[in-house]
Amino acid sequence: MSILLNRESRVLVQGMTGSEGTFHTEQMLAFGTRVVAGVSPGKGGSEHLGLPVFDSVQEAVAKTSANVAAVFVPPPFAADAIMEASAAGVELVVCITELVPVNDMVRARAFLSRRGTRLVGPNCPGLMSPGERAKVGIIPNQNGQEGPVGIVSRSGTLTYEIMQALGRSGYGQSTAVGIGGDPVLGLSFSDVLELFAADPETGLVVMAGEIGGADEERAAELIGRGYPKPVIGFISGRTAPPGKRMGHAGAIISGNTGSAKSKVEALERAGVQVADTIEQIVDLVKQRLPKPAAV
Amino acid sequence: MKLLEHQAKAQFRQAGIECPMGRLAHTPAEAAEAAREFGRVVVKAQVPIGGRGKAGGVKLAGDEEEARRAAEQILGMDIRGFTVPAVLCEEALDIARELYLGVALDRDRRSLVVMLSFAGGMEIEEVAETSPEKIAKLWPDPFSGPHPFEIRQLALDALAAVGGEGTLPKSKLLAQLVPLVQNLYSLCQRLDATLCEINPLVVTSEQRLIAGDGKVEIDQSAEFRHHDLVKELGDDQEAAASGDDPLEVEAKRRGLTYVHLGGDVGVIGNGAGLVMNTLDLVKQHGGEPANFLDIGGGAKAEVVRNALEMVLLDPAVKGIFVNIFGGITRGDEVANGVIAARDQLGIRVPLVVRMTGTREEEGRAILEQAGIVPAVSAPEAAEKIVQLVAAQGGRR
Repeated sequence: MSILLNRESRVLVQGMTGSEGTFHTEQMLAFGTRVVAGVSPGKGGSEHLGLPVFDSVQEAVAKTSANVAAVFVPPPFAADAIMEASAAGVELVVCITELVPVNDMVRARAFLSRRGTRLVGPNCPGLMSPGERAKVGIIPNQNGQEGPVGIVSRSGTLTYEIMQALGRSGYGQSTAVGIGGDPVLGLSFSDVLELFAADPETGLVVMAGEIGGADEERAAELIGRGYPKPVIGFISGRTAPPGKRMGHAGAIISGNTGSAKSKVEALERAGVQVADTIEQIVDLVKQRLPKPAAV
Repeated sequence: MKLLEHQAKAQFRQAGIECPMGRLAHTPAEAAEAAREFGRVVVKAQVPIGGRGKAGGVKLAGDEEEARRAAEQILGMDIRGFTVPAVLCEEALDIARELYLGVALDRDRRSLVVMLSFAGGMEIEEVAETSPEKIAKLWPDPFSGPHPFEIRQLALDALAAVGGEGTLPKSKLLAQLVPLVQNLYSLCQRLDATLCEINPLVVTSEQRLIAGDGKVEIDQSAEFRHHDLVKELGDDQEAAASGDDPLEVEAKRRGLTYVHLGGDVGVIGNGAGLVMNTLDLVKQHGGEPANFLDIGGGAKAEVVRNALEMVLLDPAVKGIFVNIFGGITRGDEVANGVIAARDQLGIRVPLVVRMTGTREEEGRAILEQAGIVPAVSAPEAAEKIVQLVAAQGGRR
């Protein structure tokens, strides 16, 4: 088991014929993901990487029963691509694209919430369920290892680092989800924590947050009300000055909200152990989940 | 991108939002001219930062001579790092009351929020902190925008929060607020703004609502849709933005994501979260990071060279910590790239490199032979660079 993505997931890739789309579709296929179609308006009827390419998501869904969409289209068209996938009945949309205008995302969120479509991202590495041999996005394949740890993070490379460090100690992942570094995101920490709570394969959750917004504080409220599994926290940007955007569009302390201190304190109040380093995450996981899964 | 007050008000006027009559003055003589035209004027520093009033950047002038003197004092003044290049001289309004009206991005709700309060004029963050109930809020559907009935409810909620005392009759308030809020909301969407704020929204003694100040922030990611505005404002803002950190300006020119932090340990890494964590580690080990620099995914030699060169432009830097998650990038390639960049740039300060990737052990061996300090873990690397910098008389 896993969350959001499993071996039954049928993935279509919007923007598959572009260079990023091509490279990462190859990687997804190599990992074992069931990629069933590509969508590139105007290139319908052709074939790419041995897969059929369609002009619209609607047609791709009708012909291939795809139920997950990976979005690799450039920023000006990304929100439209997300809404197109939702309108076509796709259940999960994963938007990798960075620098999507925030007001576009506000509209896309409103559009998706009426249809009940789930969105991961934008500006995210996507997600991976190693035991299911399924990944959507750009998480490096060699970091995937089956196991009991659920990972949810706002960062890309930091997620890979955590996966690698845990993997070297014999702890693989049920699912790793990068929710993205933008101010307006699809799934929040709380949404993903709720999914992990219901997943029997997930024994423990590592939650890696960063400065900006209040999603970590909301997650702390959720955990504080009683969460069935241990959660290890990690917050980046403790030394970030207020008012400065630290790389991610969403990583900014504005006024009284978004500081690392507020997030660490909220998590600790909710009984979450917060690690200072990735090495410490591994130590805490070992303490809380003493039996590593068979490697 | 933050607009200056006069730029924001030009946008407001185009959107049908009433602003006081005014003109921009670059010299005391121009300010005096404005006073001749409008009578009693407010002379306001045009800088992209709040707290102008407290800093002495806003003065009331009763006549031409006072306006001239006010402009003399304010022009060229330093307000929290920004030199004042121009003042806005506006007719002084007859103020009966000050309200707050803003459209802003609400990250929590993943939506724009309209906020209205009768406790305007002061720092809205302070009102939000101490008496949040005084701010009425509305989250409109982004496709339809706020409906008139929703705006009326917003106004009624804001009124109720102050016990119904609204200074002007309810019917006049509602009649003016409905188009005002609709105009401000659609302006916010049209400009791809994350903030369009009128504070204070002045209720005049003639019972009209007029924008006393204007704040607009445009989403960086949407600047590609506003080329003309960016160009126009960019030219205009160059003088105002002279308070910008020159290192950050240079980094932007080089296409690098860089934030100057003021310490002496240069930091380079790939991925925003990873670099933030690297800064945290330097600080935990007693060092002071000089900068944030994210080179993005991968670790191409040319990008690493550009980043090293950028970090060294900061004369305070006494050592550099490079933290690379290689993924499928080969460790020996990263190592050779760093060595080549060091030799090309003639880098003399200590370099500590921590990297992961395929063939990372070989990469570390190559680095060590070339006199660069390799590290297996990021905390170990942080400890090493802080020691090396301290040994050179850097901060510890």
